[in-house]
Order: sequence, then structure tokens, then C-alpha cells
Amino acid sequence: MKEYQTITEISGPLVFVETDEPVGYDEIVEIDIGDGEMRRGQVLESASDHVAIQVFEGTEGIDRSASVRFLGETMKMPVTEDLLGRVMDGTGQPIDGGPEIVPDERQDIVGAAINPYSREYPEEFIQTGVSAIDGMNTLVRGQKLPIFSASGLPHNDLALQIARQASVPEEEAGGEDGSEFAVIFGAMGITAEEANEFMDDFERTGALERSVVFMNLADDPAVERTITPRLALTTAEYLAFEKDYHVLVILTDMTNYCEALREIGAAREEVPGRRGYPGYMYTDLAQLYERAGRIEGRDGSVTQIPILTMPGDDDTHPIPDLTGYITEGQIYIDRDLNSQGVQPPINVLPSLSRLMDDGIGEGLTRADHADVKDQIFAAYAEGEDLRDLVNIVGREALSDLDNKYLDFADRFEEEFIDQGYDTNRDIDETLELGWNLLSMLPKDALNRIDEALIEEHYREDEPAEEVAAD
Amino acid sequence: MSQATESDVREDGTIESVSGPVVTARDLDARMNDVVYVGSEGLMGEVIEIEGNITTIQVYEETSGVSPGEPVEGTGAPLSVDLGPGMLDAIYDGVQRPLDVLEEKMGSAYLDRGVDAPGIDLEKTWEFQPDVETGDTVEPGDIVGTVPETPSIDHKVMVPPGSEGGEVSTIESGSFTVEEAVVELDSGEEIRMRQEWPVRQQRPSVDKETPTEPLISGQRVLDGLFPIAKGGTAAIPGPFGSGKTVTQHQLAKWADADIVVYVGCGERGNEMTEVIEDFPELEDPITGNALMDRTCLIANTSNMPVAARESCVYTGITIAEYFRDMGYDVALMADSTSRWAEAMREISSRLEEMPGEEGYPAYLSARLSAFYERAGYFANINGTEGSISVIGAVSPPGGDFSEPVTQNTLRIVKTFWALDADLAERRHFPSINWNESYSLYRDQLDQWFVDNVREDWPETRQWAIDTLDEETELQEIVQLVGKDALPEDQQLTLEIARYLREAWLQQNAFHPTDTYCEPEKTYRIMDAIKTYNDEAVDALEAGVPVEELTDIESAPRLNRIGVQEDWDEYIDELEDDISSELRELY
Repeated sequence: MKEYQTITEISGPLVFVETDEPVGYDEIVEIDIGDGEMRRGQVLESASDHVAIQVFEGTEGIDRSASVRFLGETMKMPVTEDLLGRVMDGTGQPIDGGPEIVPDERQDIVGAAINPYSREYPEEFIQTGVSAIDGMNTLVRGQKLPIFSASGLPHNDLALQIARQASVPEEEAGGEDGSEFAVIFGAMGITAEEANEFMDDFERTGALERSVVFMNLADDPAVERTITPRLALTTAEYLAFEKDYHVLVILTDMTNYCEALREIGAAREEVPGRRGYPGYMYTDLAQLYERAGRIEGRDGSVTQIPILTMPGDDDTHPIPDLTGYITEGQIYIDRDLNSQGVQPPINVLPSLSRLMDDGIGEGLTRADHADVKDQIFAAYAEGEDLRDLVNIVGREALSDLDNKYLDFADRFEEEFIDQGYDTNRDIDETLELGWNLLSMLPKDALNRIDEALIEEHYREDEPAEEVAAD
Repeated sequence: MSQATESDVREDGTIESVSGPVVTARDLDARMNDVVYVGSEGLMGEVIEIEGNITTIQVYEETSGVSPGEPVEGTGAPLSVDLGPGMLDAIYDGVQRPLDVLEEKMGSAYLDRGVDAPGIDLEKTWEFQPDVETGDTVEPGDIVGTVPETPSIDHKVMVPPGSEGGEVSTIESGSFTVEEAVVELDSGEEIRMRQEWPVRQQRPSVDKETPTEPLISGQRVLDGLFPIAKGGTAAIPGPFGSGKTVTQHQLAKWADADIVVYVGCGERGNEMTEVIEDFPELEDPITGNALMDRTCLIANTSNMPVAARESCVYTGITIAEYFRDMGYDVALMADSTSRWAEAMREISSRLEEMPGEEGYPAYLSARLSAFYERAGYFANINGTEGSISVIGAVSPPGGDFSEPVTQNTLRIVKTFWALDADLAERRHFPSINWNESYSLYRDQLDQWFVDNVREDWPETRQWAIDTLDEETELQEIVQLVGKDALPEDQQLTLEIARYLREAWLQQNAFHPTDTYCEPEKTYRIMDAIKTYNDEAVDALEAGVPVEELTDIESAPRLNRIGVQEDWDEYIDELEDDISSELRELY
């Protein structure tokens, strides 16, 4: 292992070093800054006589006499089942005062792509206990379903509710395949207060023992954020595909991750893409999100719920936009619903789960699920449209049916969506609630539902105002 | 994947620098676009720039750990594909390596590096049936024999375009591998089932003709309003979640092409898995055989190396051209061309080229048009006729159609299927906006519909378009004053247009019956709604209030025609019921 004291340039998070021996691309670097302090970094560009290094912990205090060592290997994550219950910083060092981690294996943190031929198509329902998700935008094992949120909205409460309540039907039925649920929490640039909120909840509910936590806080170095999700996902893959866990990975906040990418791109003087973000951001994000999935012949699965805050509530901003093109749907948190006090304030109309259609139906959830969902979407969209109109012409000017759609939209928000963060509804409750609401509409307005299902479920009597759901 | 390893030996070089997928090499003797093997692991790459003795290479695999000083080995051949029996029912990555073979060779569910595999199985034997006899003269492109490749498709063995041709001296039927000679010419030249062709070069043809036959998709909104021709080009732009991929899958499943080449370019892994799992089980509505028997899949998911994403559309279109040469109608779906353009942008920015609009390279437009120009209805060099229809999905950032990839694509393609987030949000699927979309093939395809479906197809369709247009205008007024303020005939138009939208334009891709709709059924549904309209207009003129016309019991049954298997009788009965119910009112 050769040591160099030949730093030529230090700029932002980057250090340039002259070398006389070849250094591998992506290799890990240790920089001794003099007083015994070590910084770690990674090779971003390797030429025959110099290399560019990005330093994870920041370049503060590094001078040209610092010595640089190339470790001859790419970044690895020590993995073991004992990681469950542990809390680590953004670079994977334990910060919970617990015992040293004795790894079973050390795995490359830049995961190789899963061969599409080796994947298994995700179609097993995960019950989150949240009606807006289970009923309308169902999550399945192996899916990547982000939460599109914005500043000041309660996305963390929703993420915690999902982490607490998520279960798979077979687990409830006794769990014959023995796969357990594990949660991996990767925090990138969140505030200490948010971090406490998560940790308190994990400890209070006992969720910590089935969790692995990676914490990169807002005042930690930004560049470190680019490796935190990779450490989290490497751990997730190990637990899922070698130890048969069903792993739920929550990554928050992807916006901070992308900011870090932009920072590095700018420091390297790259040609920027949209809004200054690097042109390769799509590829980079895909390398994270695509690590969700299932593999044929393995029992475990990796399901991802990345959270991102949309700058200016704008979903055409490059971060939500590129995310939406990679992930299999998205859940929108809505500012208006939030100010109405709806908990969780999920706007189901723009939300989507792409894998839903194969994950619901007879044998998976219930035979009427798809039709009920389609009809609720259509009716709620109709009601939403009419709300604009009613502001102009008033309710009296509308037909009976239109008034029913308006009532439907109101009750849908009040009863179906607004369930509170502590209510855990099973899929039957959610669908029955859906039928209660749909029965407000005349039978022949239910054109998305199979006639036989209408006969079976439609409430002939006036639908009860009060719904016994919780 | 194939490289001419035996071709002229050239000087090897050493790596000078590594930056992501871009590697430079010193002293490498190679031509532009030659395939090279990079580093001690032998990662596959392609030469994209030569400057002095420095050669720039885009590498098709992950470059972590590769360091300067490692060797670079030239092959002297450009990026080519293997063509021959065995391509159908196959699934390839962006440089035609079969993914199932890779899984076996790598012994892992993850894609490893430095593993190569031929595009077609070199050991498998095929039953060769000669189509020419000893003494016949053959020229380049001529079909010399047939191999039953799958139950649906007979593979035609052709004289390669580069051959001299000549008189057949030996030809025999029997079992051969793709590398054994099946024909010998008097010049001593041997013809094998396997050919190679560089992907960036169009295969030769005699002429390009005006397409006159539609590519029937089984989707009402496409066949009915915005048909694409066999040999035509179409773009499907839309924001995420608007249903691009489902539309592409529907086309791959139900389009009446002989061969389907599906290129998953930089998209989701799970979606490709869905195709791999679904297609072998689905039945081709025309032949009744498994859909996979006519399908070739190319999967380069978003997390696979970016350079291979750049090449995967070329791999796809070259395979399509090879089947076109046999006289087949080929449909190629590329999902998504935006990812391809982004791959170009990424490579271009690593080369520090001067960027054009939004960071895309200045040659974006030229590359896109060159690619779409490889579509068309062709007179082949062997006298057969074949077509390639290209349907490209476009993923505009933020759903903004003014961005460079969408705009440059629209300047080339003749069919535009605009997906609409608002329609998707209210679960109107397929969410193709009927106001914004267009097909420039409509007029030249009308004759086919008149001959093969109904004589008044163009008139009935025009009636539907007019009704939908009128609805759009009326909706603006309704937004201001409410529906009841409109005159009665306009209220009726709104109701009729609603049925056109809900019963005709909407189609459930996940319903076993509704997922495919034959042109005859497309016509009948449209016509049933028109019958309702015509009868109702008569009744309205006779003084019946519009509420009574729209409240008739049988009308909502229009919405259920799509899911009926015996739709013919269902529509007959429904039309009778609607007529009699309306006539009873006056």
C-alpha cells in the first residue's frame, strides 16, 4: 500500500493527488491529515499520473502535506445478522455504544444490477393498515414506492405508521415460510430533531430490535450522504437474499442526497443537466431504487419507501421527476388535505402503485378489490371536478347525481382517508368502508364494477352515516 | 454478442484514465466504433473518439476497480449482432448477450463483469429445409432454405448481403448447427445460418414504399382514432404514471405483426420481469401460439451500464431488419427513447463535448431521425416485402412536451399518441388524449378499413371525432354556467360523448376480454353509440325532454360491451332495446 504526500489541489469536497502507480476507479482512500485524524474518500477519476478523490467527511483541515493511502479495494460494508437493533452513522460506524460489529461478510456497496431474468415479479400484498395505500395504491413486496412530500408536511408520521403496521397476510396467518420483517432506516441530512422523533418511535414500539438505522444528520458532511443509502441497501440485500428477511427500506430525504450529488458535480466542473443537477442523476438514482425487488429462489424481499421533499411542491422538479420515472408509483402528501386536518393527508388521485394490479384480487386481497378501487377513483375524481363548479354556480344548480358525487368526495376524505396515524385497518375493513361509500351512489352509476359484485356487496338500504371502521 | 476475433490483428493499448463508463487508452490501434476489451477483466467497450494516440472508449460494463496501465485489446470489428435462428423467445441485454445464459455462466442473480456469451446458441441444431436446388443461381439476400424456429415463425435462411452470390453446388436438408455450412456455392463460398451485422449500419434494401395497411393493435382508441401503419412510426410521450409502459406492453401483446422486438431501454427491472413471466403464457390472438414464439426481448434496465443503454436500440432495430428481410412485418417497441437520449447525454458530457439544448449533445436530432428512418415498408433485396413499425415511448421531464427529445421525435414520427396525466389521474385508460394526438396515416389507411371492416368506417369515425370535439368546447361553457343552462340538443351531445369516452375510448388492459378488441368490435361499439345518438335526436325533435332520453334503462349497458365475449349478439340486442325504449317515448 503506497502512501503519497503529493496533493496538488483541494477544491470543495475534492482532493487531487499526483500518483506514479495506477489506482483503480472507485477505490477507497484514507487521508491522514496530520494529527492522527483519518478521513475516508473514494476515487472519482483515475488517470495514469493523477487521481481525483471525493472526501466523505469533508476537506476541512486538509493541507497539501496530508498523506494519502490507496487501499486497493472498493468500498465494502461489513454485514451480519447482528446489525439488527444497531444504530450507525452515515458511514456505517456504530454510534449506539454497542459492541464491535463482527462481520460475516464484507460486501461491495455498489450493488451489481440484478439480472432481469433472475428477478421474480412482485405480487404479494403488504398490508400497511393505511386505507389510502392498501385500498387505492397497494404496496407489494419488492416494490419501490416513494412518498412525494414537501416541507412542512407530515411524511415522517406516515413513514413511521407504515414501518409500525406493515405486515404480510401470511405472517398474520402464522407465517409458514418463516420469513421475518425487518426495517432498514437510512437517514440523509435530516435534522437531529427529526432523527429523535424516529428513534423515539422505534424505541417506544420496540421496532428497533428488528431495525438497522443509518444516520447522516443535517450537520454531517454532505458528501457522506452519497454512501449512506448504499450502505443501507447493501445491508438490506444481505438480510433479504441471504437471511430470508422481508426488508422494508425507508430512505429519507432523497432530496438531500441529490443535493450532495449536485455539490460533487459542481466541484468537478461537470456539464450540468437540468437545474444544475448532474446529467447522470437518473442513472445514479436508478442504481439505488432498482435494488428493490425479489429474486427467484430466495425467500426474502427488498421493498423501498424513499421519501423526498419536492422543492416548491413542484413535482416536475428533477428530483421527484426522475424518481417517478424509476419507481413503481408514488404516494402524494397533499398540503390542502393536511391543512384540513386529514391524517394521513394522502391525495389518492395523483398517487399510483404500478404493481397493484397484479398484487390484488382473489387469493391475494379480495375479488372485488380492483373494481372497487377503479370506481372510487372515478367517483372521487368526478366529485373533485364538481367542487370547482359548485364554487361558481352553487349546489342547487347541480343535478341530484352531481350532488351525490360531491357528498361522496367529502365523505371519502373524512371517513376513508382520515383514519389517524394510530389506526390499523385490515384490507377487509378498508374495502367494506369503500362499499359503504359507493352505496351512496345509484347502482347504475357504478359502471366500473362487475354486476355480480354489485349484487353481492351493494348496500340496498340507505347507507349509514356512521361507519364502524375503527 | 459477436466479434470477429479472427480478423486482422491490431496493436493493443493501455488504459490512460478511467471516469465512470468512459475510459481512455494510449497507443491503441483501432477504428471508430470498433469493439475493444478493456482491462484485465476484459470488459466490453466501443471506440467513440480518437485523438492523436489517445482513444476514448465507452465501456458496456461497470468500471469499478479498473486502473490505468491495464491492457486494452482491439477486435478490429464494430459492434455487431449475431443473426440466425434462436433469437425468438430470447431475452438479451443491450449488447445481445442472452440473460439466461449470463445467469448460468455467472452463477448468480446479479450481473457480473467480463462474461461474454454469443447471441445465438452455437451448439443447438436446427432442421434445415432447402428452398433452392443445386444449379440454381443465388444472389445476396436470397432465401436458400427454411428452419421452423418456433411454432409461429419459419426462419428463412438468407445469403448474407456481403456475399458474392453464384451457383449452388451443394445443398442438403438435415440438422445443422448455426455455424455449419448448409449451402456451398460454386465459388467455394459457404453459407451458414448465422450472419453478423454491425448494429449502427442499416441493412440494405431496394426501396421504401408508402404503407397502406394498418398495424392493428386491438386498442380501440388507436385503431379507431389514431391508427399506425405497418411500416409506420409512432411516439408515445407522457409524464410518469400516465401509462406508457402499459400501452407498449399492450402493443407488444396484441399488435398483428409477425415479429415483435421489445426494447426495454433504461426502464424498470420488475417491468421486464413481468414481460418475461407473462409473455410465455399469453396466446397470440392470430396464431394461438405462445406470444413469446414471435417475440425477441432486449432488456437494459435503468441500473445496467449506461453505454449498453445507448446501444440497445440499435441492437433491437438490427434484429428487426433481419426479420424484415425475410418478408415479415416487424413491430419494434422502444421503452423509452428518452433514456437512450439521456445515455447519449451522459456519455457526451463525460467526453466534455459542447452541449446543445438542455445538455443534450448537438447530434441528438440526427441520431433520433437516423434511428426512426430505419422503420418503413420495404422492398427487400430478395424480392420480398417486409415492414418495420417503430413505436417509441418518450418520457419528457415533468411531462413537458416542449423538451428536446419530444420535440425532435415529433418532427420525425407520423403518429403521436399523447398520454395525459389528468386522464390517468381519473383512471381513464388508455389515457391517450384525443384532442392532442394525431395520426398522419389516417387517410392512407382508410381504404383498408373500408375494404376489411365496414364501408362507412371513415364517416362513422368522423362522427365520433366531431362529437368529441364538440364536447370539449361545450365543457368549457359547462365549467362556467353548469350543464342545465345548455340547450337540450347540446346536453344530449354531452351524454353521447360521455359514452364515447367511457364505453369506446376506455379499455381495460387487465380484463381478459376487454384487453384485445378486434376492429369489427371497435366499429360496432362506436356504431351502437351512434345508433343511440341518432334515435335520441329523432326523439328530441319529436319533443321528448332530454332527461328522459338520457335516463333510459338500456343505455348504461353500452359501458359493458367491452367486457362481453359474445359482443355481436349483445350489441344487436342492445341496439334493439335502445331503439324501442326511445321510440316508446313518443
